[in-house]
Amino acid sequence: MTITEKTIQSQKNIGWHGKTLKQMRKEIDEISRETGHYAGLKTLPLKESYPIRYEKIFSKLRGGVVHARETAKRVAASPIVEQEGELCFTLYTPEGDSIVTSTGIIIHVGTMGAAIKYMIKNDYEENPGIEDGDIFCNNDCQIGNVHPCDVHTIVPIFYEGELIGWVGGVTHVIDVGATAPGSMTVGPVSRYDDGYQVACRKIGKNDTLLKDWLIESQRSVRTTKYWLLDERTRVAGCHMIRDLVLDIVKEEGVDTYKQFIREVIEDGRRGFVNQVKTLLIPGKYRQVSFVDVPYKNLDVPPYARVNTIMHAPTELTVHKDGKFQIDFEGVNRWGWHSYNATPVSITSGIWVMMSQTLIPNDRVNDGAYYASQFDLPDGSWLNPDDIRTAHSYAWHFLVSAWSPLWRALSRNYFARGYLEEVNAGNANTSNWLQGGGYNQFNENHAVNSFESAAEGVGASAVRDGINHAAAIWNPEGDMGDMEIWELAEPLLYLGRSIKPNTAGYGKYRGGSGYETLRMVYGAKDWTMFFMGNGFMSSDCGLMGGYPAASGYRFEAHGTNLKERIEKRLPIPTGGDSDPDNPEYDTLMEAKEIIRDKQSITTETIFENYDLYLNYLRGGPGFGDPLERKPKMIEDDLNEGLLLPRYAESVYGAVVSKNEKGKYIVDEKATEKRRKKMRKERLKRGVPVKEWMEQERQKILNKEAAVQVRHMYAGSFALSEKFANEFKQFWNLPTEWHLSEDELGVPTFGAKINHQKKTG
Amino acid sequence: MAQYDRKTIEELIDGTIDFYKLKEMLSNFKDTDRFDKYISILQERVPWDDPILLPAGLHLYIVLKPDGKRVVKCDCGHEFCEASDNWKLHALIHVRDTEEKMVELYPKLLAPDPEWQVIREYYCPNCASQLEVEAVTPWYPILKDFEPDIDAFYNEWLKRPIPQVK
Repeated sequence: MTITEKTIQSQKNIGWHGKTLKQMRKEIDEISRETGHYAGLKTLPLKESYPIRYEKIFSKLRGGVVHARETAKRVAASPIVEQEGELCFTLYTPEGDSIVTSTGIIIHVGTMGAAIKYMIKNDYEENPGIEDGDIFCNNDCQIGNVHPCDVHTIVPIFYEGELIGWVGGVTHVIDVGATAPGSMTVGPVSRYDDGYQVACRKIGKNDTLLKDWLIESQRSVRTTKYWLLDERTRVAGCHMIRDLVLDIVKEEGVDTYKQFIREVIEDGRRGFVNQVKTLLIPGKYRQVSFVDVPYKNLDVPPYARVNTIMHAPTELTVHKDGKFQIDFEGVNRWGWHSYNATPVSITSGIWVMMSQTLIPNDRVNDGAYYASQFDLPDGSWLNPDDIRTAHSYAWHFLVSAWSPLWRALSRNYFARGYLEEVNAGNANTSNWLQGGGYNQFNENHAVNSFESAAEGVGASAVRDGINHAAAIWNPEGDMGDMEIWELAEPLLYLGRSIKPNTAGYGKYRGGSGYETLRMVYGAKDWTMFFMGNGFMSSDCGLMGGYPAASGYRFEAHGTNLKERIEKRLPIPTGGDSDPDNPEYDTLMEAKEIIRDKQSITTETIFENYDLYLNYLRGGPGFGDPLERKPKMIEDDLNEGLLLPRYAESVYGAVVSKNEKGKYIVDEKATEKRRKKMRKERLKRGVPVKEWMEQERQKILNKEAAVQVRHMYAGSFALSEKFANEFKQFWNLPTEWHLSEDELGVPTFGAKINHQKKTG
Repeated sequence: MAQYDRKTIEELIDGTIDFYKLKEMLSNFKDTDRFDKYISILQERVPWDDPILLPAGLHLYIVLKPDGKRVVKCDCGHEFCEASDNWKLHALIHVRDTEEKMVELYPKLLAPDPEWQVIREYYCPNCASQLEVEAVTPWYPILKDFEPDIDAFYNEWLKRPIPQVK
């Protein structure tokens, strides 16, 4: 290449100082790694010299992205976006590092950054080209996403021919044309069932969406109207933010803007380290969580019909220099279900969680990422080694895999006296009521009820968790208005109430979950399914508190509710408050009533007047329940949060009713009963080392259900370290071995096996 | 920088703190002297004199013994083991691994299925306080969940020597 050609080439490059974006990405990575400071910034000259100007630029950007979100969401028609706020906008550097983000589903701070980095890595500058006015789209999980229903719109920001950044907008769309209707379908077991996948595609030029894209995308999903308006929401927000950035550049000068975006990320990194040192303690903290995948009897391909358990052990190391490390060594293999995750979804999700605890401020950007390290074993459910994996409901386990991290952090907060920050964990954010068909307006339709955005919060060390309040993935949780859901879904509400006994018990209980009873009305060709944890609770309690209740399903088919309504006879309403003593069943006849723990199902036909119970989970508890104040138990009983028999068996309360029908807890009698219960504990408690000998014998005999053995075998295959530590803990002979091959279940896709390799 | 008086921290420990005060604590920058006030209140409340190095959970403390050993101790006075060991291995355990034991806690359909998950309750062998509850699969090794580097915490973060036995 001659000098002239080189000059022409560099003139074409859109990066700073004639560089390519790839060169810029490489330089940022190298200098950040070498110096330990983002972009090598050992000082922050702009912030230090002009602190007010610096803060003013930050406030304008932060205010602007939040404003864009609030304004743009009014464009959407989907209640998921418009009611629940399932959208987010983030501003990035030219290299794809996040600078500032809006509120909302902020997990996408990382995922859209990953998509931008993917485009840079794959030389999009050359082909298809990156130009002012372009619009890109991505929802491919293995490029940078959580699940395909989170659709990204990404717009480059140019100033005088140079790329000065990107803006990304994401919305959770209602359907992506997967094997079954609903945004987070249960049916998919591979990528090819997961729905429409858009892999960082240029979909617009000159600020206009291309016709072929509009036609193809709308023909690929069930809910075309929502799809179109969601896309316009994202484009509108991105363009608002692009205008804002250009205004700031005009006001402050492009060099100041460039300096600012570097400094604000380094500032975020420093802020995070400072928070770690303020709130935590150097050391190692270990915890684990699980979730059930009961697929043996599901209508899925034969190789996927396996009952298994997803396993998430974590070791959090807080280093002396404030570095924050999370190691997932021991996680088990990915599976033929739609609950696999990608590295970017697990790391970004952890930042969502951190923004609600360790870094509860508006400085959420990639700075924290540069101050931390994640170890995500290859071939596991959170870092699959196979492009075939499905991800449509990655959240099934993401939400549970993070829950133990609350406990790790909370043990630190507790030890330092910051009791107000303690949180026993988060709920498994289910059930997901999903399905579709022809709705009450005779339109091809899909539904995904976001009532799950309001689950019980974990207990703290000071007070109870908040009832039906939030979801880990969207800090602005909201259950939505029933009237809006009834417009969006051909499902009438026959009840919406707190569900007793769903909160984990404790000195402070978790927040209670709730339940809604829905009757199908006005639909045609309608199917629905259940999606949540059933056989397992996906968290522990903390420091003596219990985990939240697990899940179950209730559905009724072929009911006589039409006749009963016509005859003005009583019908089931309200909650299924005591599933041991069901009342719904006494108020109707039905061809089939299902009540069981199979809380994950594939499409089931629902006719009009069939019933579906949507039960949203509670949060875990804190501290010994025998220390709960009697007045608090009394309130739980009178507010319908607790069934009286458990006030006695769990809390040791002596309960009676007064003449007005209010529950009264007798403090003195309770104290006496609690003393007795403590004595019973000492009687039934076994020294741990004695119990371990019994458990060891069970392990030697391989006595456990197949799903339990399958989980361990999947972890042992991926991690010799985990296998060795397991054997060491239980003092097992070296020849003791457990492999997936010996379980009599299909082992499709099981490639990595470190145990086999070492013989 | 925020600062709270001793009474406020006592109310925090006792769970009697006013909601708006608690909200303020959550929203503010943290008070740097919290640890000292907190430890001093806890030390005053326990019926023994071993200096508390670090709280290790509700009712549990890592304390310094006269012989220099660091021990995990319950506020009732029971000493479990050295801090380098896992206190749970020296507790009493009750495992809910049958439906009968599960339904004492939850209605049947709201309880975990013991074929998939068991609930392990760890009690203090002396005062019978329930100190931890684990919901895990059968066979799961007992985790050592709290392993602080006390030396680094005092020497490098708090920048002061570790408390000594008086």
